Amino acid sequence: MKLKLLTASALFMGTLTFTLIACGGGAEKKTTDTTPAPVAATTDKSQKEKDDKKGIGKFTKVDIPATLDKAMADAGSKIYDTKCMSCHRLTEEKLVGPGWKGVTSRRTPEWVMNFATNTDEMLANDPQAQALLETCLVRMPNQSLTDDDARHVYEFMRKNDGVK
Amino acid sequence: MKKVLSKLLLAIITISFLAPACKPKGAESAVSGDAAQKTYVAPGKYDEFYNFVSGGFSGQMSVYGIPSGRLFRVIPVFSVDPEKGYGYSEETKAMLNTSHGFVPWDDLHHIALSETDGVQDGRWVFGNGNNTPRIARVDLKTFRTAEIIEIPNSAGNHSSPFITENSEYVVAGTRFSVPMDNSNGDVPINTYKQNFRGTVSFIAVDKNTGGLKINFQILLPGVNFDLARAGKGKSHGWMFFSCYNSERANTLLEVNASQKDKDFILCVNWKKAEEYLAAGKGQKQSVKYAHNVYDEKKHMATSTIENEVTVLDPKDCPDMVYFMPCPKSPHGCDTDPTGEYIVGSGKLAAVIPVFSFTKIQQAIASKNFDGAYEGIPVLKYDAVLHGEVQKPGLGPLHTEFDANGNAYTSFFVSSEVVKWSVKDLKVLDRVPTYYSVGHLSVPGGPTKKPWGKYLIAYNKITKDRYLPTGPELAQSAQMYDISGDKMKLILDFPTIGEPHYAEAIPADLIMKNSQKIYKIEENANPYAAIGDKNARVERKGNEVHVYMTAIRSHFTPDNIEGVKMGDVVYFHVTNLEQDWDVPHGFAVKGANNAELLIMPGETQTLAWKPEKPGVYPMYCTDFCSALHQEMQGYIRVSAAGSNVPITFSTGKTNPEPAPAPSK
Repeated sequence: MKLKLLTASALFMGTLTFTLIACGGGAEKKTTDTTPAPVAATTDKSQKEKDDKKGIGKFTKVDIPATLDKAMADAGSKIYDTKCMSCHRLTEEKLVGPGWKGVTSRRTPEWVMNFATNTDEMLANDPQAQALLETCLVRMPNQSLTDDDARHVYEFMRKNDGVK
Repeated sequence: MKKVLSKLLLAIITISFLAPACKPKGAESAVSGDAAQKTYVAPGKYDEFYNFVSGGFSGQMSVYGIPSGRLFRVIPVFSVDPEKGYGYSEETKAMLNTSHGFVPWDDLHHIALSETDGVQDGRWVFGNGNNTPRIARVDLKTFRTAEIIEIPNSAGNHSSPFITENSEYVVAGTRFSVPMDNSNGDVPINTYKQNFRGTVSFIAVDKNTGGLKINFQILLPGVNFDLARAGKGKSHGWMFFSCYNSERANTLLEVNASQKDKDFILCVNWKKAEEYLAAGKGQKQSVKYAHNVYDEKKHMATSTIENEVTVLDPKDCPDMVYFMPCPKSPHGCDTDPTGEYIVGSGKLAAVIPVFSFTKIQQAIASKNFDGAYEGIPVLKYDAVLHGEVQKPGLGPLHTEFDANGNAYTSFFVSSEVVKWSVKDLKVLDRVPTYYSVGHLSVPGGPTKKPWGKYLIAYNKITKDRYLPTGPELAQSAQMYDISGDKMKLILDFPTIGEPHYAEAIPADLIMKNSQKIYKIEENANPYAAIGDKNARVERKGNEVHVYMTAIRSHFTPDNIEGVKMGDVVYFHVTNLEQDWDVPHGFAVKGANNAELLIMPGETQTLAWKPEKPGVYPMYCTDFCSALHQEMQGYIRVSAAGSNVPITFSTGKTNPEPAPAPSK
């Protein structure tokens, strides 16, 4: 029911974007991202690009099985309802943040889980997260997800993308 | 010495007459050259101490950083605070309930930080309500008022909340003696001596939860209890209350309560009182008092009216209380870190008497009494005196201590702080204050373990110290470096009004426990909307309940219709954020109320009764993101007989009628 009620929001967002430009992008009172960027010890360029796709954070290698873990996806669904749904649709529609349809093919699991758990540092230093901020203009909130929460949400994203 | 005093007097006279035409001599020269370096806390750096300062007639408690003197927070305690919705939201109104109904203000005088084994532990800070007698407990994880308990059989709760060394008790005492609550209070005022009584109350603090409970009261003669301090170490188990008006005057106390050469310090053996209580010596009295508790999981206060208190009468309980003579209307009553010495400060006295706990015990054992006052034994002054500090200054008020055996006493009349040695009672140093100092605070100063380093004086008058702001000037504190032999003035900082007592505590004892968010999974508010799936609007008779969520940067729902005249709308707003320092505010046009300020993971409720049909905007009041300005919505109010159905939506115009609310 709620999904239906919110379908005109893309238009709404467009309006918001123009208003912001008119306002000159007010002072960001709430930014807390003072953490310095970690110095990446990279040796070769392709390795660096690969790491970029994993984002910044504790998740450097997450093994994802071929089939869906239903229990994990259900747990992720509950977290989505409480902490994510206000800004993310399960379709391709962008609300405050991007819609989640297809996100598991656009992003690596490491990147998604790092963004969910290390939000402020990702917004400060990760090029892909920063590119998203430029289009959405609202900083993704740090919703205090645990490592397990992040994994469960990723599994729910896989379910949403049709993994059985 | 005399010379110094007369110079000081001259200085005060000069100040009184010439200010603001000229600055008092010595005001600048009193500041040492490296003062700026000692108080400068660079941008982004933390202060070394938290300073919890009473807000006096503002009813609140303020929090400053030391040594910078920067104000961090004003914690609403006894007064409503529209900025935070305290006393305005449905969840917090019960915090200010009393046996007299909702009381939106009080006068918070004194601070007590919780202690374990006589050392500050950083768990809770207590404050007293002076006007409608109450004690409040503030939780230092959240810096919020967690509990308020009213004190029956009391008026003017001034000698409060002073705490024992394991936080067994905070205390309360009657500054005004009054007819007791369960007696007929409709008596002529001039029957004071027959009908008016004083009490001191011992309010137990639960070791684990901090929960408050009045364990017992002690019925006492109708004197005016003023300040108090717990024994510690060897004197643990005793409490000392200063009192004035042993004349028991009921009018023009300025003159009539200053007749006697000596008033008293009441010595209470509270461990003995506990034995009498256990032996059933207490009398249960029928009284009424409110006990208000804030539930952190439900984000909601409940107020319970209690009906009974147990009173111990010294008549039935020998060896429980003694009066100790103290010269000239004693005010401050402070125990040193060893617990051996009790410093009395007569407001009109020319000496500071220091009493010895060992000698008090000896005098009691050998019944070395100077008669009795209203049936309570009076200890012989000379028998219990450790000694007097001679010619310390004029009008001694309050004493704090460092860890090196030194005491620091404030002098109201001569406007100075005097440092003296507790053991040999020698004056070591004196510095002026600007002006008319009240309480002092040394970090850990009232405990077994003073942290020392700084002394902060809280002043009653600022005169020419700050830019003028009309007839009412800034309230103020002054900080001295006490790390060396000589006290050095290093900082003036303005405070909210009015600073009485304060305590300071090392920052690391508190900041490590500071809560960042309320976990949304643990939100047990019955009106919470945990996630947008639960956002909805429901009608219950003429109540319309809006279960609303807030997250950067929109409300769900943000378009609401179907409210009718005569309805009361309850906006239950749940902040879905789980990030530190991201509250959302909520306000609706024309509400005869305040805003809500909702912390991450919290639910708060604003009640609104529309005055006329129309469309009313609502918005987020606390800057939350780049699109904060867009965080807004509308609510439509129709005429009483209208058939506009309840509808609600976000991100959709032309709302369809909502389906019936699911149960």
